[in-house]
Amino acid sequence: MKRKISLDDMSKLEREPLTHLEPGDLMPLPAPLEDRASSPGWKPLSAQTMEKCECALDDTCAVSIPQPQNEQEEQELVRKFLSGLDKLFRREDNWTFLQPLLLTMEHCAKCQTCGDACHIFEASGRNELYRPTFRTEIVRRLYFKYVKHGGLLSAWQHGDVKLNWPLVARLIELSYRCNICRRCAQVCPIGADNGLVAHELRKLFSQEMGIAAKELHENGSMLQLRVGSSTGMNAAAVKDNIDFIDEDTSERAGFEVKTPWDVEGADILLIHNAGEIVAWPENPGAFALILNAAGISWTLSSELAGYDSINYGVWYDDAQFARVAIKHMEAARKLKVKKIVLGECGHAHKALSVIADRLLTGDLNIPRESSMTLLRDIVMNGRIKFDPARNDFPVTLHDPCNLVRLMGVVEPQREVVRLLCPKFREMEPHGVDNYCCGGGSGFAIMSGNNFSDWRFQVSGRKKLEQILNAFSDCLDPSIPKYLCAPCSNCKGQFRDMLAYYDLWEKNKILYGGLVELIVNAMVDVKPGFIQWEWR
Amino acid sequence: MTTTLFLYAILYAAALVFLVACAVRAIGYARLPLHLRWELYPVPHEKRERARYGGSYFESPEWWKEPIAFNHLGEWKSMFAEILFLKGLWEFKRKMWYRSYLFHLGLYLLIGAAGILFAAAFASLILPGLASSGFVLVLHYAYTAAGLLGAALTLVGAAALLIERLTEEDLKPYTTAGDIFNLSFFIVTVGILTAGYFLRPDTSPGALALAQGVLTFDTSLKAPPMFEVGLVLGALLAAYIPMTHMSHFIAKYFTYHTVRWDDAPNRRGAKLEQKLAEYLTYRPTWSAPHVGADGSKSWAEIAMTNPAQGGKK
Ligand code: SF4
Ligand code: SF4
Repeated sequence: MKRKISLDDMSKLEREPLTHLEPGDLMPLPAPLEDRASSPGWKPLSAQTMEKCECALDDTCAVSIPQPQNEQEEQELVRKFLSGLDKLFRREDNWTFLQPLLLTMEHCAKCQTCGDACHIFEASGRNELYRPTFRTEIVRRLYFKYVKHGGLLSAWQHGDVKLNWPLVARLIELSYRCNICRRCAQVCPIGADNGLVAHELRKLFSQEMGIAAKELHENGSMLQLRVGSSTGMNAAAVKDNIDFIDEDTSERAGFEVKTPWDVEGADILLIHNAGEIVAWPENPGAFALILNAAGISWTLSSELAGYDSINYGVWYDDAQFARVAIKHMEAARKLKVKKIVLGECGHAHKALSVIADRLLTGDLNIPRESSMTLLRDIVMNGRIKFDPARNDFPVTLHDPCNLVRLMGVVEPQREVVRLLCPKFREMEPHGVDNYCCGGGSGFAIMSGNNFSDWRFQVSGRKKLEQILNAFSDCLDPSIPKYLCAPCSNCKGQFRDMLAYYDLWEKNKILYGGLVELIVNAMVDVKPGFIQWEWR
Repeated sequence: MTTTLFLYAILYAAALVFLVACAVRAIGYARLPLHLRWELYPVPHEKRERARYGGSYFESPEWWKEPIAFNHLGEWKSMFAEILFLKGLWEFKRKMWYRSYLFHLGLYLLIGAAGILFAAAFASLILPGLASSGFVLVLHYAYTAAGLLGAALTLVGAAALLIERLTEEDLKPYTTAGDIFNLSFFIVTVGILTAGYFLRPDTSPGALALAQGVLTFDTSLKAPPMFEVGLVLGALLAAYIPMTHMSHFIAKYFTYHTVRWDDAPNRRGAKLEQKLAEYLTYRPTWSAPHVGADGSKSWAEIAMTNPAQGGKK
């Protein structure tokens, strides 16, 4: 039997990873993936990565922090960590999350109810390293020892921890083994929040030590603030792409579809996750088609970040988060729109509607609405004619955590699929009890080293089980199936995970958004808007 | 006489420490800045039909145009179920619920018994005629029954929790010396109190007389030594609780009301916006260069700069 990892192991000086996952350790999957031995192989970390980076946690490496060159560098990093830890608990530095963080630090009852709710812990075969409280318990002990200066009495009461660079390096990686889906927080009888601890740790590393996953910082929020989108598209490029999408959508629909740009005084500023424009052009195309058909006054914006609702700061850095949120609002203010509508992107919904709400004062506080609500109203108000028989294939619905558990937008999208998809079936559990797709908190765009192996075999595993169960009666490849995920990040995770397990080729499980299903059922549109092709 | 005086002093001091420490903790949390929204659905003060599945006002078209309904009853029901029945544990960790509920129910009964006892003592002091009335007799049966049952449940529950903590693979790695001490403290205190009650000589004053003695500082009373030890331990335990995570009865108010269920929107010109304006003047000191916090820039100034474009606004 494998030795169980203990909290003390985090400070181990040896550089071998603390754990190694074998296929046999992982939670079993249903058909057609029940044979764990034949699951895709896990690419080992390269010798170069192991040599140069801090990869002493598990089989993967998400942040790839370079190893310090000497003891002095190590000490300096530990010092910075401590100063960041202190700032997490100071009102001037962290008023944004101080109250929930303190409550979580000071009141866990150690009942471990949260463990049973975490898909990562369960999928890993209950590997202690991934238990929601494992990371929190280390931070809690550090808090009592170094922030509260509790001394021996506190060590006796709360447990002790040995602070050294290996511990900090492992904590950096461990803060990127949580989807921040907060399913654990939902079941905690006390109301403690282990997802928040991962979030706050990432903030400490980014805001104090300048350490963050490259995909989120350099290639994410920094790129977005530089050119306007974390896809790298500037305003000219995005307009070109949308022109192309309009052409393509018009052809597929059988009538002209035109996207309006920078219309001052429009009722709605629609902001897509720009990833849609690059990876799933049919989604912004379908949006344009529906909004035009419904006679809605709307526009896109070509302002910096005004055409990309992504806000990766929500997962790792308050300053970057606030900056991008303000850019979104400035774009809306400039166009004098009545409201912003967020396209199919869960984290963008939560970031701008919920979390940024208490940052936006005065004329930056422009109302934000979910596209789910708007689409539900369009579908239900009868202005557009639908033929649900066009969607006569099995459909299931994924609930993006950010949109559902963390924002309470649960029913509008369901009302649409119930009406338009005669073979709709729910996943179990669903709604606010859903499981994360495994790509949450930025993982969907993180694939450095072999991180995707971890993402598909561990963090996405529970969702994969749910999808296979939802389609268990129609796995035969002669029946095309549609996994509806109204969120770009979730779609990114599904695209990669379904391909990883060959589920399109072998079982014809396709994924896509909600608007595609709506357009596919529109009577005025040429039949076959959804093209059963892998993308 | 001296020991009785000492006992009373400890009881009063412990009650005072308990109250002050609880207040300090609660005020400390309440004074923290309003954080960014971080709610979790379901939120029970949503409209009834929405609260059922976890929906929010974001499901309404143009939600900001309508006043947001606040379902007080829904919130009260949810709190009631959590406080009285530990609903969260019941739903998500049934096995632990049986132990934890015995323990908590025992404590509720003990607190209830103490409340009734002191109410009876107080009533019979201000209305001496009441002392021999049927009413006080009823109260006597009520606090005795609640006290004995409470003690039994607390003992069994605490012992069961301690055994679980020491034997369950999931709990063991996270159990500290402090956790063992805390549960043992309950077991020893309640055990000694119960033993002291049952083993008291016939001549010793009853619970009501002792409560009256506490209220009137009657030093002529002499409680049996074992019962006295139990009372001192109980007083120390009460003073100790608010210093530890066992004060989650305070924390839960905040974790539920001001975090999980706090969905109050920020409306232009409203009070909430004024508070935020203050926080935006805070001057953070984070050191990473991209943050650009040099200790002189305010939060608002930092948020308005663009580090990817040379820090321009
Ligand atoms: S975080 Fe909550 S559920 Fe998890 S161990 Fe602590 S009290 Fe229990
Ligand atoms: S937030 Fe989600 S992924 Fe993170 S520990 Fe909790 S349940 Fe697991």
